[in-house]
Amino acid sequence: MATRPIHEGLFTKPDDPRGAALLAGRCGACGRHHFPAAETCPYCSAETGSVEAVGATGRIFLHTVVQTAPPGYTGPVPYGFGLVDLPEGLRVVTRLAAADLDALESGLRVRLEIAPLCTDEEGNEILSWAYRPDDGAA
Amino acid sequence: MSARPVYVAGVGIHPFGRFPDLDVTRLGMSAVRAALAEAQVERGGFQAAFCGTVYTGVAAGHKVLTALGLSGVPIVNVEAGCASGGAALSLGAAQVASGQRDTVLVFGMEKMPRGIIRSSFFPPWCEQAGLSPAPAYFALRARRLMQESGVTRSHLARVSVKNHRNGVDNPFAMYRKPCTEEEVLGAKMVCDPLTLFMLCSPNEGAAAVVLSAAPGPIGPPVRVLAATVRSHLPGSALGEHTPMSGLIGEDPPSPTELAAKEAFETASLGPRDLDFVEVQDTDSGREILSIEELGLCARGGGGAFVEEGVGERGGKLPVNPSGGLLSKGEPLGASALGQIVELAWQLRGAAEKRQVDGARTALAHTVGRGANASVAILQRG
Repeated sequence: MATRPIHEGLFTKPDDPRGAALLAGRCGACGRHHFPAAETCPYCSAETGSVEAVGATGRIFLHTVVQTAPPGYTGPVPYGFGLVDLPEGLRVVTRLAAADLDALESGLRVRLEIAPLCTDEEGNEILSWAYRPDDGAA
Repeated sequence: MSARPVYVAGVGIHPFGRFPDLDVTRLGMSAVRAALAEAQVERGGFQAAFCGTVYTGVAAGHKVLTALGLSGVPIVNVEAGCASGGAALSLGAAQVASGQRDTVLVFGMEKMPRGIIRSSFFPPWCEQAGLSPAPAYFALRARRLMQESGVTRSHLARVSVKNHRNGVDNPFAMYRKPCTEEEVLGAKMVCDPLTLFMLCSPNEGAAAVVLSAAPGPIGPPVRVLAATVRSHLPGSALGEHTPMSGLIGEDPPSPTELAAKEAFETASLGPRDLDFVEVQDTDSGREILSIEELGLCARGGGGAFVEEGVGERGGKLPVNPSGGLLSKGEPLGASALGQIVELAWQLRGAAEKRQVDGARTALAHTVGRGANASVAILQRG
């Protein structure tokens, strides 16, 4: 059984010295971030971007709880879902993990975690990302 | 550019609901037949056709007109998500206004899968990661209204109560039972704060409109003053274009705001000139946001708009007197044209129990995946 990311290029690998981070595109022309990283800047169409590790922590902007597994999703339900504001100026769509989903609220400080979400047909563990309320440790 | 007037010469609708024994071509044929009959347009009487649909597949409109023996004219199938019918209308109206065609057939139809809509929009990893469910995005939008527009759970419920009550009088709607605020709030929670009764059902149906440079046989005449479509600008993380990210503090005008601005300018009218509106109510929160984005109240005024009952039947500006998508259901390609059919009936004074007294000018709005938003303004006379 192996472990693989849900998709290449979304977040750092477990042994990355930068720690758990999202891999955002940063435009070489206008300087704005976007996620996932793309060849072309969605804001100014420049093609001179680089990839940066962002979003080790953030704050919840908006959240909800998904009660029923949507098509294609085999992870646990219910699960948290929302928008998280990152210090780099990005606002990302993300799953929210929490021991108590009722405790999620706007403004709450959260930390990125990269952890197994589900397994594929061959039994491989699929890694994905989520933000979890930050208990202040680490 | 001096444009010719564009008249709604005839309309037709197939009820919205579930019809296991009818394929989508049949639904389309039914609406097209009705619209052509009302307009008294026969074979050879229209010079182009535009068909809005999303899930129907190759040559959807061609199959309908082939089955009716009406092919030969240009037939263009249009996909613009929930605004597909609005996009078809804007193309058809432009052809008549410009003088390129005298009479154009515009129709839309859909047969939607049940439950949460699965589309080819998201890459598979996004679905696997749990980032695709549409109701979750709707819920975030509703929550933002609760934070920024004074909207309460009670307001969200009241929109649903209003639309279900209006739908009781609409023979073309799917749900025709009234419900109470308590029932809406007590229904199954789908994505907090949205309960099952605050979300519309994807379903099946068709609608058709004949546009012409001359008034149709049924009076009083109704004109299309504007029919616009716009897509999204980058920046916002929370829009029907469902991006994976946006920028904090970046709030560009939404597709609805862009389409509304263009429509009001084209029609030389403003929100105060409207007698009623049919707006996108995929969920209760979307109706309130639509009202704000269309400029029918101030930004942040959505909660007060509901609280004061402005959009109730008999209110200052009735919103979704047809019952909206919450009671009609949403057949994507047909829903925008279903609104146009309703507007035409209302403006002719022929909407029976749903009639908005003295309605002369009205607006129809859809918004959805793409993102796409459409706005049409129609007027009697």
